[in-house]
Parts: sequence; structure tokens; C-alpha cells
Amino acid sequence: MSASTRTVDRNAGTPARAARPPQPSTARRRTYKMGHGYWWWALPAVILMLGVVYLSTASGAFFAFTDWTGIGSFNFIGFDNFVRITQNPELVGALINTLLLAAGFLIFTNVLGLAFAIALNRGLKTRYLLRTLLFMPVVLSPIAVSFVWKFIFAYEGPLNQFLGAVGLKNLQQVWLASPTLALGCVLVVMVWQNIGFTMVLYLAGLATVPPELEEAAALDGAGAWTRFRTIVVPMIQPSIAIASTLSLIQGLRVFDQVLALTGGGPGGATETLATEVYKTTFVYQQFGFGAAMALVLSVIILIFAIAQQAATRDRTGIGD
Amino acid sequence: MFQYTRRTLILEIVMIVVTLLMLLPFWILIVTSFKTLPEVLSSPALAPPTAPTFDNFSTLLSPESSQSAGIIQALLTSILITVGSIIGLVVLGSTAAYVLARSTRKWSTRTFFLFAIAIILPTQLGTLPLYIGAKEVGLVGSPWGMMLIYTGMLLPLSVFIYAGFFRRLPRDYEESATLDGASRFQVFSRVVFPLMSPATGTVAILAGLIVWNDFFTSLIFLSGSAWQTLPVAMYNYVGSLVSQWNLIFALVLVSMLPILIFYVFAQRKFIQGFAGGLKS
Repeated sequence: MSASTRTVDRNAGTPARAARPPQPSTARRRTYKMGHGYWWWALPAVILMLGVVYLSTASGAFFAFTDWTGIGSFNFIGFDNFVRITQNPELVGALINTLLLAAGFLIFTNVLGLAFAIALNRGLKTRYLLRTLLFMPVVLSPIAVSFVWKFIFAYEGPLNQFLGAVGLKNLQQVWLASPTLALGCVLVVMVWQNIGFTMVLYLAGLATVPPELEEAAALDGAGAWTRFRTIVVPMIQPSIAIASTLSLIQGLRVFDQVLALTGGGPGGATETLATEVYKTTFVYQQFGFGAAMALVLSVIILIFAIAQQAATRDRTGIGD
Repeated sequence: MFQYTRRTLILEIVMIVVTLLMLLPFWILIVTSFKTLPEVLSSPALAPPTAPTFDNFSTLLSPESSQSAGIIQALLTSILITVGSIIGLVVLGSTAAYVLARSTRKWSTRTFFLFAIAIILPTQLGTLPLYIGAKEVGLVGSPWGMMLIYTGMLLPLSVFIYAGFFRRLPRDYEESATLDGASRFQVFSRVVFPLMSPATGTVAILAGLIVWNDFFTSLIFLSGSAWQTLPVAMYNYVGSLVSQWNLIFALVLVSMLPILIFYVFAQRKFIQGFAGGLKS
């Protein structure tokens, strides 16, 4: 602080000095507060956020009811785009794929992530090292990770080599070219990359469970499963809410892995809503129709996110 | 009761084996990128290369290679866009969150609510009008446009993290600086800004990773331009390499190195950022 500002001391003599009880700061304290005069500090962020998030989303929803191609004029066509979606088997298939992937992703990342978190919570000597290693895939780009797995699933790849080595030669195949198995392969890659993420969220929750509580319950004769169900689960409820909501949203939005692993194939067997939105809008230039699909995806995400929050939060009333 | 028993030892061994299995893709990635193509196709994928070769990397990165310029350019573009976006998110996010957290007026709670809703709002729907708007003003295919878009898209996250931090920050420092005659701006730049570095670290790591690894947005906004980010350049290049796994894996390994090096040095901060930043 420069000497000149100190000598000016405009605020000397305000009642602030007298009113300084030792209690922690609350909103009622008058001493340091920012009033109307500083709203413009938030202005650049608010304008950018309104433009990039709200304005664009609102106009996207608007175009969903038009037949715009991205250039020239457009007509209002009401719900025609949405009717077209339901009549197109490939898009209905993409919707089902999206829901299947999201459900599988939600279940596997959370069950495995929680299992890893419990195993690495305390006791093990190598727990910090193992946590660090298991979290590593999370920081990598899904595209890069998908290319590694594309080789693993390839005909000449390690998975078929392994099957050949253990005498299951008849199971060898081009995994990503199988209409029935390709979706499962995409799921494996998504889960593999994100187990570390849910694990870390659950570790943060488990850290709030006092060991004494579990010990006391154990002394009272509660088995491991009973302790988990009656003590751990209620106490990590906030982590469950966050991890399940985030993984569900992430699962519904899956795009990178599909594009890198299968490109949506074979024969549309792994198309998701996000890849269809991309292709319709930016490859085939059907902006209005693509916007309608994006609106469907967005509404699904919002409904699931809100329902998930309600379902996982209300039970304990802990909130966050 | 939580002593190191025989069961703990068994669990420890099981977890080490499970972790090693989980890391197998990394092992395959590394050994394959040092093999020749005939060896990739003939040897077991898990076997280390008989004669490790750097040819794949030199084919990709040597100045004579047709692709090296593209890869290095993509690396620099990714760095530029990520750093620019982080700066935007720290400057705009912290100032906005500061007034929103320190003011108790109605407008500030309402504005904060807008930021909070924007976090869960899916981005797909907005991408298309954003693209048209950006094209109109000439921001498509430019790294500056990308910085602006990423900053706008991730500001809700940044404001949310900073506001949570400022709410927990006692006002005592700011009060005494004010009593010493500091202006609001001086209080922020000299007192608050240095104190908020934990929140800045969280914002930089979370937002930086999202921007660095983002594929969808840069695929759309930068397609066909000279500015390609690493994921998009990799995607395009791998498409032209058709099953030359040795070259593909050398490229993938090179693309992963910057973030992995970061991770090795700051893994604590990464994990804390993910566990804490998304929760509060």
C-alpha cells in the first residue's frame, strides 16, 4: 500500500470501527459490503455469459421450430421437426443408444468408483499412489484415450490376442464392427476413463465419515454390509448426489468417444443424440432439424438432472 | 480395529493388481509407439519392443515430415487458447464473483442464480446459433473467438467456484485495508487477489483441462481453418493413417505428454480441484 493512499484515509471516522464484535462475518455486518456502485465489476462476465449461454440457447430453441438451413429465410413449421424425429428409426435408435450408454455409464462408474474409493479410503500403504494412478485417465483427452482403445478392440489388437492365448479363438472378432457389441465397447472406454473421477468424489465424501462411528458400530456387532448401509451411505449422500448427476449428464452428452471409436457405425449402431446433432447440423446443414434434436437432448438432460437431484437429495435433507 | 491385518494385505495386493490392469492401455500405448509396424502386427501387444525405435516420433515430428508443422502448430494453438481462456476466466470470473458474493442486494443474488443455472444448462443447443453469430462477426476459425466462447461457456463454473471461496473468506482483511484508506479496487487487487490463489488454482485446472481436451467445440468452430487444436488435429490425422498403429500411438503419446507432465507435478492439486471444485 502506498503512503499517499494511507494519509488520505477517507473512511476514518465512520461508525465501522465501533461496530466490530468478534463474531464471524455475516451478511448483517455493515463494515465491508459492496453496494450498487460496483455492479459494473460483474458486467463483462454477465454480458458474456448471457450471450454465450442464454441468448444462444434461447435462439437454438427458437430454430428448433423452423426449417432453417443456415442460410436465407425460414418458415415456422411448428412441431414438424419433432414428429420427423419420432418417425426416423435411426434417430429413435440414437435416442435409445444414448439412454443405454448413459444408464450403463451411471451404474458402472458409480459402483466401481465407490468400490475403489472404499478400498483406497484408509489402511492400505499404497493408497495415495494407487489413487494417483487410477485418476490419471481422467485428465486425458477422450479422443486420445479412444484411439488407444480402438487398437485394443481391433482385429489384430490385444483383446483378440488374449482370447487366442486362452483358447477362446472362436470369440475373436472385429469388436467395433459388431452391431451388437460396438455400443458395449464404447461404454467400456467411457467407464475406464471416468472411474477415477467418481472415485475421487466418493473419497471426498468418505473422508467426512468419522472412523470412530464405524468402530462403535462394529463393537455393537454390526457387520461390514450393515455399517456400509446404515452409516456410510447416509453420510456420503451429498457425494452420491453429485457423482451420479455428473456422470448421468456426461453419459447423455457422449460424443468424442463415439466419433473416434466407431464414427456412429456400424450401420448407425452406436449413433447417439450428440453425434446425430453434429451430423445433421454441421455435416448435412439442416440447422432447424438439428436444433430440434439438440432441444430434445437438452430437455432430456435437464429432466434427468433435476429428477436426479430431487431423488438423491431429499432423503436426508443434508442438501450440499 | 483398523489395524494392518492379513485381510488388509490381501486387499492391498488385489488393488495393486487391479490398478496395474487398469493401466494396461498405457503400457500398450508406450510399447507400441516404439515398435515398427511389422512388429506391431506380429508381436504380442504387451511385449516390449525387441529393438526400440524412435522412427515413429521422428517421422511425425522431424521438420522433413509433412505432418510435423501441423502437429506443432496444433500444440501451440491448444496452448494459446487454453492459456487465454484461463486468463479470461480468472479475471472476469473473480471480479464478478467478488461483487456478487460481497453484495447483499437483490440483484446480486438474482445474477448469481443465473450463473448457477447456466452450469447445468446443456451446451449443445446453443452451439449452433453461437456458430452462426460468431461467423457473422468473423470469429469462426480464429483462436480469439475460441477464447471468447470458452470463457463465456465456463464463466458460470468459474464464478461458482470463486463465489464459494469469497463467501468463506473472512472480511477482516478487507475491512482493515479499507480503514487504512484503500479504495475498493486496491482492496481487491492487493488484498483479495493474493488470497484467492487456491480458488484460482481450482479454476485454472478444471477449466484448463476442459478447454485443453475439448473436441466438439473446436471441431465446429475451427474446422477448415489453419488453427487446429490438438484433439482435432489428432482426429483428422489419425483418419489418414489407417491402422498404422505405431504412428498413431506415437502421435497419441506426444499429445498426452504435456498434460501428463503437468499431472505428475501437480496431481494433488488436480485431485483436490476435481473433488472440491465441483462439490461446494
